[in-house]
Amino acid sequence: MNKIISKEYFSEKVVKLEIQAPDIARRRKAGHFVIVKLGKKGERIPLTIAGADVEKGTITLVIQIVGVTSDKIASLNVGDEITDVVGPLGEATHIEKVGTVLAAGGGVGVAPLLPIVEAFKKAGNKVITVLAARNKELIILEDEIRKYSDEVIIMTDDGSYGKKGLVTEGMEEVIAKEKIDLSVVIGPAIMMKFASLTTKKHNIKTYASLNTIMVDGTGMCGACRITVGGETKFVCVDGPEFDAHKIDFDEMLMRLNAYKEEETIAYERHCRSHKH
Amino acid sequence: MDTLKDFYKEERAKEWRAKLRKNIKTKDRLEFTRVEMLAQDPNVRNKNGDEVNLGLTEKLAVAEAQRCIDCPDPTCITGCPVNIYIPKFIKRIEEGNFLEAAKVLKETSSLPAVCGRVCPQEKQCEEQCFYTIKLNKPPVAIGYLERFAADYEMNSGQASIPEISESNGIKVASVGAGPASLAWAADMAKMGYDVTLFEALHEIGGVLKYGIPEFRLPNDVVDFEINNLKKMGVKFVTNFIVGKTASIQDLRDKGFKAFFVASGAGLPRFMNIEGENSIGVFSANEYLTRINLMGAAKEDYDTPVSLGKNVAIIGGGNTAMDAVRTAKRLGAERAMIVYRRTRAEMPARVEEVEHAIEEGVEFLNLNNPVKYIADEKGRVKKMVLQKMELGEPDASGRRRPIPIEGSEYEVDVDNVVVAVGVSPNPLIPASVKGLETTKWGTIVVNDDFQTSIEDMFAGGDIVRGGATVILAMGDGRKAAAGMDKYIKSKLVS
Ligand SMILES: Cc1cc2nc3c(=O)[nH]c(=O)nc-3n(C[C@H](O)[C@H](O)[C@H](O)COP(=O)(O)OP(=O)(O)OC[C@H]3O[C@@H](n4cnc5c(N)ncnc54)[C@H](O)[C@@H]3O)c2cc1C
Ligand SMILES: Cc1cc2nc3c(=O)[nH]c(=O)nc-3n(C[C@H](O)[C@H](O)[C@H](O)COP(=O)(O)OP(=O)(O)OC[C@H]3O[C@@H](n4cnc5c(N)ncnc54)[C@H](O)[C@@H]3O)c2cc1C
Ligand code: SF4
Ligand code: SF4
Ligand code: FES
Repeated sequence: MNKIISKEYFSEKVVKLEIQAPDIARRRKAGHFVIVKLGKKGERIPLTIAGADVEKGTITLVIQIVGVTSDKIASLNVGDEITDVVGPLGEATHIEKVGTVLAAGGGVGVAPLLPIVEAFKKAGNKVITVLAARNKELIILEDEIRKYSDEVIIMTDDGSYGKKGLVTEGMEEVIAKEKIDLSVVIGPAIMMKFASLTTKKHNIKTYASLNTIMVDGTGMCGACRITVGGETKFVCVDGPEFDAHKIDFDEMLMRLNAYKEEETIAYERHCRSHKH
Repeated sequence: MDTLKDFYKEERAKEWRAKLRKNIKTKDRLEFTRVEMLAQDPNVRNKNGDEVNLGLTEKLAVAEAQRCIDCPDPTCITGCPVNIYIPKFIKRIEEGNFLEAAKVLKETSSLPAVCGRVCPQEKQCEEQCFYTIKLNKPPVAIGYLERFAADYEMNSGQASIPEISESNGIKVASVGAGPASLAWAADMAKMGYDVTLFEALHEIGGVLKYGIPEFRLPNDVVDFEINNLKKMGVKFVTNFIVGKTASIQDLRDKGFKAFFVASGAGLPRFMNIEGENSIGVFSANEYLTRINLMGAAKEDYDTPVSLGKNVAIIGGGNTAMDAVRTAKRLGAERAMIVYRRTRAEMPARVEEVEHAIEEGVEFLNLNNPVKYIADEKGRVKKMVLQKMELGEPDASGRRRPIPIEGSEYEVDVDNVVVAVGVSPNPLIPASVKGLETTKWGTIVVNDDFQTSIEDMFAGGDIVRGGATVILAMGDGRKAAAGMDKYIKSKLVS
């Protein structure tokens, strides 16, 4: 079950894994995610399905190492098995022909963005994509994104690749020269907050794909709840995509830190006992 | 019904039972006092996760069995949702034939070790016992005896695997693997079907695993029953969400002829009051799942949970009691129940409330939270409670709580667990076109537990809204009978 077929490092902290999951590969659509658990004592964590090959019966995951579980999964090798993989979860992205789509991806958010960019392109839209990261090292999946984008703008915080600046600056540049009909933003919560403020200013309908803390991913626990338009929603079943202009990002940012202390302690202990 | 009465009469007349009745005079039996369950000391158990109740010794079990007067009209049976043949199994215990007693239980119940532990007996079989209704004395401890016999068999290493009819090769599947499905699977397997259970989570057992804590229902007990099913040839597929990983139609295409939907009432309700999304406010499902299913409170498990000193649980049901007693065990200095009515109206089992009190849980009855206040990091630090008084009875027959204006006050909290009920899991109703549901989201079934779609049956909490383990099991068994009838009628036509 769920054997790892291939593994590729995008950077020291970002790994792409192709794993066997034939049922999921057949049913997944852009925007879906899986919940993964490693070993009997492991934690359940959500990861976006970045791609799938129905014939091979595989799905692709792109994992950024941020803590214990992502590190354990990223350090698996070809031939190893992931104990539990369940999905596809969440609502698929609503793909239609709208005209011109501005996609913006920050950091590892580019992985979930890729299947969405691909789907919008295949639906006949013009797609302009802004990729942003701290530095050149952290820009991932550029070739794949280029394949499905009419134009790609790259922004790095330190100017080591593309243009120097934030994702919002790249977005402003596109908005200044093109009429945008729809925008999709995926990345760290703070990036999505500011990207969505940018499009709000220009009255562009925008979707953000949220990465809240989850446990079951099936609507059973409410750990993933957030406020959208004044109502409580469960990201795992109502989302992960929502109208970005209605999301209470500040509340979401706070909730993401719920276990900061416990996680930091656990990660430090894990690093000490395992390597480096 | 008459035939059943005749059957009971015939059985009761059998020599072994007649003889036992003669051994001790009824008059004397009525004078024996009810045994006490052996239990861990409250001040020890509120610091460990081990089972609270320790069971009865053989001697105590026989003594309790002697209290049962083997009534000619055993009213106790009418109180049991699956009609366990109560006097028969009790008399087997009196006789000292404990394995035979367990067999009687298994004729009707597939999870006696579970039900003996978690059934609200005082509202079911024991409420209808002759002692309760006619003598106003403590009833025969039917639940304790049931647990005793089931445990005895489990520990004997001689657990009987039910006889299985020759395989008919017909594939049937369940959605979910909680108690309703386990009971359904046992019956279908006995009838020779090729049975598969699909479960969304990584563990089998539903609420028995992720909800009810170890100190009330050890996982070993549940796993024992699951292993018996495995021995009967039942297949389990975890990490498989019907409606997501595959649709019902996909499964039909794979050759499954009928489905039993028992996906439970897994959706937590919140109260939608200010501050409820603060960090440290959980649904009971999240709190219990992190701890029971994910091992969050144990060092070597990866899932975190925050453990505060002041923990408030909102609600008065079994779930609330489980959460508050869990909080106490995880080191809470104040573990509080906040309930808007009085103890008399609490839906929780009486034993759980008594245990909670013994363990040092505080009860803030006639109180209701109206708001949570968080610190600058968004972490809950206070709850605002409003005092309540009881008014006229409402539709449920319980007196309606009415807020007392201006009575609000603040209480310090580090964690709040919201246990105000659950709603039916919407996944299957949402993903199957034409499946009839009620306005509450429960699935509509007929007397055979068949839904509006002929090859789909349903039972347990998805049909009843939150109910009990034994009712879910009873549904599973009736659905199995209904499904068998449906499949056979299809085969003939
Ligand atoms: C729908 C969805 C899709 C996602 N897709 C991807 C993806 O494709 N690639 C990727 O690298 N990451 C993805 N994430 C984020 C990923 O789940 C977290 O990085 C991961 O859970 C961190 O676990 P950890 O033990 O390594 O780190 P921890 O040390 O536990 O946590 C580090 C940080 O990760 C977040 N986090 C912690 N636990 C969880 C949890 N159970 N669920 C979600 N976030 C958590 C918190 O912000 C936390 O501060 C996605 C999240 C969601 C909700
Ligand atoms: C904390 C708590 C304490 C309780 N205490 C008691 C008690 O003391 N006594 C008592 O009698 N009752 C008690 N109950 C109630 C009792 O547990 C339930 O009534 C009973 O478990 C219902 O059984 P079920 O089989 O219908 O559903 P569940 O036990 O809820 O099982 C449903 C299963 O289906 C799975 N599922 C859902 N959707 C899908 C899908 N689409 N595909 C695959 N799988 C799916 C779920 O993951 C779950 O495992 C308690 C409940 C809780 C929450
Ligand atoms: S199953 Fe429950 S209700 Fe029935 S006899 Fe046993 S304890 Fe009583
Ligand atoms: S009603 Fe009570 S005394 Fe009578 S048979 Fe049932 S358990 Fe025994
Ligand atoms: S992760 Fe549990 S409800 Fe969304």
